[in-house]
Amino acid sequence: MQNDWLFIGVFLVLAPIFPIIALLIPRLIAPRKSNQLKSNTYECGIETVGDTWVQFKVQYYIFALVFLVFDVELVFLFPWAVAFDKLALFAVLEGILFILILVSGLLYIWRKGALEWA
Amino acid sequence: MGDPVALISQWLNSLLMGWGLSAGWVVVIKSIIGVVVLCTVVLILDIFLVWVERKVVARFQDRLGPNRLGPFGIIQPIADVIKLLIKEDIRPHGADKFVYNLPPIIALATVLALWAVVPLASTIVGSELDVGVLYVVAIGGIGTLGIIMAGWASNNKYALLGAFRTVALIVSYEVPLIITLLVPVILARSMGLSTIAEKQDPVWYVVIAPLAALIMFISAQAELGRAPFDLSEAESEIVAGFHIEYTGMKFGLFYAGELLHALTLSGIISVLFFGGWRGPGAEAYPLLGVIYFFIKAFIIYWAIMWLKYSLPRIRIDHMLDFNWKFLTPLALVLVMVVALLDKLMVGFPYWQYVAIMLTANIVLVLLTLNILRSRAKGEIKRVGEPRPVATPPPPSSISSTSP
Repeated sequence: MQNDWLFIGVFLVLAPIFPIIALLIPRLIAPRKSNQLKSNTYECGIETVGDTWVQFKVQYYIFALVFLVFDVELVFLFPWAVAFDKLALFAVLEGILFILILVSGLLYIWRKGALEWA
Repeated sequence: MGDPVALISQWLNSLLMGWGLSAGWVVVIKSIIGVVVLCTVVLILDIFLVWVERKVVARFQDRLGPNRLGPFGIIQPIADVIKLLIKEDIRPHGADKFVYNLPPIIALATVLALWAVVPLASTIVGSELDVGVLYVVAIGGIGTLGIIMAGWASNNKYALLGAFRTVALIVSYEVPLIITLLVPVILARSMGLSTIAEKQDPVWYVVIAPLAALIMFISAQAELGRAPFDLSEAESEIVAGFHIEYTGMKFGLFYAGELLHALTLSGIISVLFFGGWRGPGAEAYPLLGVIYFFIKAFIIYWAIMWLKYSLPRIRIDHMLDFNWKFLTPLALVLVMVVALLDKLMVGFPYWQYVAIMLTANIVLVLLTLNILRSRAKGEIKRVGEPRPVATPPPPSSISSTSP
């Protein structure tokens, strides 16, 4: 068991090293002749107009918020699913009630119009 | 012959112990060797995937694809890599240097890290983590972080828009993905991927819960940002999305990460629903299990490519509607049905259990189709009404006003 977590730890340390090596090789062999003109960003064939970090649609934020609620609630369902053998029928029904509360939340958001893009 | 990995492990044990190392260090060194071998194999496979992708897209578009370098153009990806390696790396003016350089590393490293828990065979598995499913979800989440970092740091509006779209897409489709992950967990009573593969003894879970497999496949397609869900890098709208300002090997790492992510998710779906390494003779010969696993993973990978090259891109509001108003409620209902039936049929014979589960899935699909059909009628009527259209003024008025 401990070895499994050790393997994950070693993996997470070593996994970034492969892409880092791939990024270091071009440093040695690729040409580097940068100048101001070359590194300018452009959009639609002309120079960028105005600030790049623009305001964005508030809908993105609302969807992220809805996702967060679902994600947090779903994490609680995984222990319930793992312990399924030890649960009585009542406990399973209670888990379903929990999902139904989640569904009612979804319906509320839906009726409120938070899922509309326009 | 039975288990080469165990043999090598024993040989390493005796060798390292012979050098006078303590047992703890032997485990660490064996882990490092395991990680390096696994990553190398996966990355070589990744280079091969570039060739597969180019060849298959060519066939779908009625072309030949790469066919000059080596037999069937199989050395083409090596040439691609050399080209990317010697290309100049341009950092856009005004980009945040640290945040700009980090995302390509994250893009590939997170996908590599997923392979730590994927069971390649009954005994060949990196780590038999008992929370493997949660690990997959968590590491997948870090990949999203890399995309938003890339979009924000590039100092380009297209990149920022692409990143926003990607995050809306991935964040939304993560919900049905996680909900359907619950189904195999309920059926196997375990979150470990190797346990889930082991439990699919007489029948695969795709027979017990085909609807869950289908929902997971669709959400995986979206999670990968592949057509019809490729809004994040829609060439005709936002040029290339979040990786527009990346050149050379940095772009190459994004590309490699994307291809490898597709294969990884295919592998995970094959473990969760198609038995992973299961097949005739796989228990006795683990290497055979590896072959079965990759055959299944590549069939699912091919299905993902098939969808990608067959369907047009959908609009962002349709995409979000499809997720929140269709996939998510359906997945929630499915989990409730599976959980309830599983509990109610405790003492039932196995084949009866499988048959009832399968019937429940099919009934759910038919019900959904019925509801969709009745709703679609109203929807089409609403869209079909003629909209006010600006009509051009009659030609006589134009000629009178113009000089």
